[in-house]
Amino acid sequence: MAIPQDRKYAQSHEWARTEGSIVYVGITEHAQHSLGEIVFVELPETGTAVSKGDEVTTIESVKAASAIYAPVSGTVVKVNNSLEDAPETINQDAHGTFIFALEMTDPTELDGLLDAQGYQTLVDADNQD
Amino acid sequence: MKTTPLYSAYKSMPGIRCTEFGGWKMPLEFGGGIRAEHLAVREKAGLFDVSHMGEIRVAGSDAFSFLDQLLPAKLEGKEPGTCVYTPMCDTDGGIIDDLLLYIQSSEEFLLVVNAGNIDTDFGWISKDNPLLKKHFRHLVIENLSDAFVQIALQGPLAMDILTTTMEQLYGNHSFDLSDLEDLPYYRFEEGTLLDAQAVISRTGYTGEDGFEIYLNTAAAPSGPVAGIQLWDLFLSQVTAAGGLACGLGARDTLRLEAALPLYGHELTPSTTPLESGLTRFVDFSKPFVGRGALLAQREQGASRVLKGIVMEEKGIPRTGYAVYKDGTLIGEITSGTASPSLKAFIGLAHLETGRARAGDTVEVDIRGTRKKGRIAPTPFYKKPVVSTTD
Repeated sequence: MAIPQDRKYAQSHEWARTEGSIVYVGITEHAQHSLGEIVFVELPETGTAVSKGDEVTTIESVKAASAIYAPVSGTVVKVNNSLEDAPETINQDAHGTFIFALEMTDPTELDGLLDAQGYQTLVDADNQD
Repeated sequence: MKTTPLYSAYKSMPGIRCTEFGGWKMPLEFGGGIRAEHLAVREKAGLFDVSHMGEIRVAGSDAFSFLDQLLPAKLEGKEPGTCVYTPMCDTDGGIIDDLLLYIQSSEEFLLVVNAGNIDTDFGWISKDNPLLKKHFRHLVIENLSDAFVQIALQGPLAMDILTTTMEQLYGNHSFDLSDLEDLPYYRFEEGTLLDAQAVISRTGYTGEDGFEIYLNTAAAPSGPVAGIQLWDLFLSQVTAAGGLACGLGARDTLRLEAALPLYGHELTPSTTPLESGLTRFVDFSKPFVGRGALLAQREQGASRVLKGIVMEEKGIPRTGYAVYKDGTLIGEITSGTASPSLKAFIGLAHLETGRARAGDTVEVDIRGTRKKGRIAPTPFYKKPVVSTTD
């Protein structure tokens, strides 16, 4: 599995791809695979202010409900409404499907996230368990 | 963790994921995912390894009398070749397990019990239950759980697949094809299959037509090989028919749509059959263990009942989530899932008696947010009425 180089990763398996001051957030291929079939994505409301590490929303698979955390602080400016009717899109293309986008309050927080190589190391360790 | 004798037959299937269940390492899903497996069973066929289930043999001239007093269901008048679904209760009416009783003859019975309860059940049946003080003289009770391979073949094409497979095995089994074709629901046939003693029943846990096939491979010359060979034969037929091998994930979504209870969820030692929709499997006209407690509960009225809920707002109502009506706590979810057939979020719940009727709006506390649902008739899913052989 190729881990895209164009973004950063949180230890909690979200990816964060920046476009200017906006960061798009989704879950990784590794995360979708371990969740199994996603049946519901609770979308946050735009305008919600979140701090790095806050639980922003929840993804439900048949197996479990899993929290999605804010990789950096900011305000929700966009949500992926198509997930309302097609949550399985995340299973099909996790790295190509954002869940919400944040207007960052402190872009330097991105430095605290993992790069693709660092995340690969995390996934490898996970897969050995 | 234990694995079943069939594990080696499917462990290398691409995409398989396993899970722990009742002390067993079992397939949760195969490559295609839970939803695809679920729909395969509803539309075509699915094949399940259910060898983790337990089998307890009760035999002897006192066996009928013993079981009739041990188990709440009506056994009187049931002919050999009949399966009887029954709860098994303690003296307080609490459910120790639910099981399928195979009546093989007036003196020979096989109890098929839940994997996680095998030791408890065997302990209760063979030594802990109060009936044994009465000294049943001609009674043999054996735990044969490790001896049997059990395969469930489920779905509208199950009959076709079974008969095709049996035709392929011509000369390698003693079953009469026309007997199998005419086998009514909850009946079974016995014979030899490959080199093992076998039972084939028209039963299942999916809400579809189907069969459960038991092979006593421990007593077979070839051992587990017979089971693996049968699994492989069935799987090639199931696959050819457009069906899939299925794991416990689909087994759970299927049984939940059919509102079939699961031990540990709807059924527990602190719930009674009357509280869990099993009243029709209790024969109050005979003596049985737990009757006094259940009779008292029937007279007073059970304080809670099992109801179905279909969510009107999105979210899975999961086990243990609180259920409210008009702001008041009225019970909790016992099982919930995303229903692939209904394309809805569904759950079963233990609710206070009289508080919620079909059509009523309730709220389920889903991780801190109360979401609306509606009390719905169960089963949530009923198999389509089409012309079948039964």
